[in-house]
Amino acid sequence: MMKYLDEFRDPEIAKQILSEIHKTVTRPWVIMEICGGQTHSIIRNGIDQVLPKEIELVHGPGCPVCVTPLEIIDKAIEIAGRPNVIFTSFGDMLRVPGSNKDLFMVKSEGGDVRTVYSPLEALTIAKENPDKEIVFFAVGFETTAPGNAMAIHQAAKEGIINFSELVSHVLVPPAMEVLLSSPENRVQGYLAAGHVCTVMGLDEYDPIAKKYSVPIVATGFEPIDVLEGIFMVVKQLEENRHEVENQYLRSVQKEGNRTAQELIAEIYEVSNRKWRGIGEIPMSGLTVREKYKSFNAEEKFSVDDIQTEEPELCISGVILQGLNKPNECPAFGKECTPTTPLGATMVSSEGACSAYYKYQRID
Amino acid sequence: MCLGIPGKVVEIFDENGLIMGNIDYAGTINKACLEYVSDIEVGQYTVVHAGFGISIIDEDEAMKTYETWGEFVKASAEEGLDIFGNPLKDKNIE
Ligand code: SF4
Repeated sequence: MMKYLDEFRDPEIAKQILSEIHKTVTRPWVIMEICGGQTHSIIRNGIDQVLPKEIELVHGPGCPVCVTPLEIIDKAIEIAGRPNVIFTSFGDMLRVPGSNKDLFMVKSEGGDVRTVYSPLEALTIAKENPDKEIVFFAVGFETTAPGNAMAIHQAAKEGIINFSELVSHVLVPPAMEVLLSSPENRVQGYLAAGHVCTVMGLDEYDPIAKKYSVPIVATGFEPIDVLEGIFMVVKQLEENRHEVENQYLRSVQKEGNRTAQELIAEIYEVSNRKWRGIGEIPMSGLTVREKYKSFNAEEKFSVDDIQTEEPELCISGVILQGLNKPNECPAFGKECTPTTPLGATMVSSEGACSAYYKYQRID
Repeated sequence: MCLGIPGKVVEIFDENGLIMGNIDYAGTINKACLEYVSDIEVGQYTVVHAGFGISIIDEDEAMKTYETWGEFVKASAEEGLDIFGNPLKDKNIE
């Protein structure tokens, strides 16, 4: 029994919420779940298949591995291949294809590439290897930013000078806005990512809900959470309300985690950022502040001149924007599988393509 | 990296000036940094993301969600759809 997990997987309760959704819906609605964790929960539990036919779920850009631009992967590969470097990363970044290879191949060619579970582990490696440069691949949404900020803060405090971060942090609300402002947009309501909201709170969503008339409900990841989040969005849509609500009350407070927000703002500043498959989104990422630039791997290793264009092969860009489903990609399950991924949405266990493949949504 | 899961704090200690804790995820113990949930006490649950606790689980709110819908379940005699019915039931739900 996993407390706070099993309760939220209870089939009886799921059935009850589902029947409330069926009773509430009268018209077609398109709802996007932002987070890859939610996408997996939906596909694994078959939630999309038992919802009333009026409700269409589209899968959002909420997988940080999937949206990390090729250019940064190429920079990571360049840095990781240098002789004096120990390159550290969360495990799911190692197989993301760059232009010519991935980080695993760098490792098999003799590069010192190590998987860590927390950025603090990379700091420990730095202390143990004072004659090497330790680089941590700081990717992710607002959920990993607190930890990555803490690593730089701690390195500065302890005077660890052989540590730096290759930062490719992305922020969720600007991407939500880009999708809504697109002429092709079909999204009418959002399940916001529960853990992003846990860190950042809900205030950023009010202007978006108002400007685009979309309900936004901060939602957790278990089947009960997702169903309840959908119920809350549908209820608002049917009642013509467009508000920010909180399904994930056990973790999300309106103001978010203030301590985390403060440290993120101390170490990083908001900047423009490229998203794989979507392109550059203004003020949608985080960059190391000038004050901490000695911890910025892009400065330390001068890889600024690496610029890469995305290949045209794969349609993950439109999938990330909710315009197509993975099984509508001609390469899906053929040229492109989790062992031979063409795009990041197939590599990452949180990507929509890998969720469809794993749970066999071939048609 | 984005899958944060709740675990129970079984021990709190200091490491290089940071508040750290051992977290029990149904039998598997892992270390996490608790600087961002510094009020947490042993026995409470925290959502951990990439080695950092980001929230203290609000037990009252967790119970509320569960109980509210639980009441509905009891009240409702109707046999609805089984969303976890076959063949999905055989799937490994971890
Ligand atoms: S199936 Fe593969 S090629 Fe097609 S969109 Fe997904 S990742 Fe790209």
